[in-house]
Amino acid sequence: MRIAIIKYNAGNTQSVIFALNRLGIEPLLTRDFEEIQKADKVIFPGVGEASSTMKHLKELKLDQLIPSLKQPVLGICLGQQLMCKHSEENDTKCLGIFDQEVKKFIPSDHEKVPHMGWNDLVDKRGSLMDNLPNDDVYFVHSYYVPLNNYTCATAEYIIPFSAAMHRDNFYAVQFHPEKSGLQGQQMIKNFIEL
Amino acid sequence: MLKKRIIPCLDIKNGRTVKGVNFVNIRDAGDPVELGELYAQQGADELVFLDITATNEGRKTFIELVTDIARHLNIPFTVGGGISSVDDVAPLLQAGADKVSVNSSAVRRPGLINELVNAFGTQCIVVAIDARHMESQWIVHTHGGSKPTDKELFSWAQGVEERGAGEILFTSMDHDGTKGGFAIEALKRMSDELTIPIIASGGAGEMEHFEEVFTQSGVDAALAASIFHFKEIGIPDLKQYLNDKNIAVR
Repeated sequence: MRIAIIKYNAGNTQSVIFALNRLGIEPLLTRDFEEIQKADKVIFPGVGEASSTMKHLKELKLDQLIPSLKQPVLGICLGQQLMCKHSEENDTKCLGIFDQEVKKFIPSDHEKVPHMGWNDLVDKRGSLMDNLPNDDVYFVHSYYVPLNNYTCATAEYIIPFSAAMHRDNFYAVQFHPEKSGLQGQQMIKNFIEL
Repeated sequence: MLKKRIIPCLDIKNGRTVKGVNFVNIRDAGDPVELGELYAQQGADELVFLDITATNEGRKTFIELVTDIARHLNIPFTVGGGISSVDDVAPLLQAGADKVSVNSSAVRRPGLINELVNAFGTQCIVVAIDARHMESQWIVHTHGGSKPTDKELFSWAQGVEERGAGEILFTSMDHDGTKGGFAIEALKRMSDELTIPIIASGGAGEMEHFEEVFTQSGVDAALAASIFHFKEIGIPDLKQYLNDKNIAVR
């Protein structure tokens, strides 16, 4: 099983590598087009800010490669947001895999932004969500994707939003499965076994 | 529903976990990798590791330790201590840390917060603030609480938020190590005035103190060290207790 993690200026790649190591997998961290295309599964991690990250992806021409991939691709956190059409974060045009607009959370009296911590998944659908020991996963984000036809798990913070999405070979999660205990580990295992 | 977080903190000196009372009288509390893994298994929601060694040799040990911890840990973890530039952060993230915490260096040069936020994102940057109540004001202290500054707590916290930090870890030095409960009033004011999450630190001694801080101050997380290291309170028992009090925990 060849798992490629797309290498660019994303922050927490090491956490994703360690999470795969714990499942006995040695992933390949690469920005090489051929290696990414040859992989059985591709992980598109991301933490950071949308516009600078998109700029970086464009410089590496990864903005063309990622939407053209045919094997299962998993976007994590900012990865999910960048797979949408557009983000309110610095008015950024994104990859357009999901025809959705990424919006900013507006803090309420009791609800701070970023949305940081463990929250429940509800309305889970699809194979990524199979056999989870419980519903708590770890989130840290200030922008969100509203509920839409591709939503395959919902979380609620200020408003209900897309915690996970799926379209064809593209999967995306707003939370961090690599940091979500045994649930996250099961989800990564589910992705690898797709 | 977003859960309240329980965060064990490990102060690391030369590769070992240590804990002092009111920032002095430091004593040994065990192997940080073992403790970290144990806390994760017991349901800790996050971990914080603070490097309190001042030497280069100690720093190297610390970065190796971060790698070792990250390899075993499936929950988020923050590292702090000894960070004064963007260049100090990259090796920690490469070692597997999820967030970094800055304290004295941000007080000395507040622009550091903006630089770190621009380089690594809001979600990555925690600003730790140590303060002591002096002559009717909360005064920010640096260097492990040893040096008073000219900064007042609430205006500094506001500035930290404006500069883009993702979270504030506030330690009341008056309460730290006393086991007499958290600084509820100051935490409530901070939580009311800011829109970013607040981690309460300093003073936890009994399970009731966690209930109080969550119900009375509106903070998002509570941090403690010695009560967990010396097994005075077990994390599973604490979670059960809070759950019984209708406080949402994982």
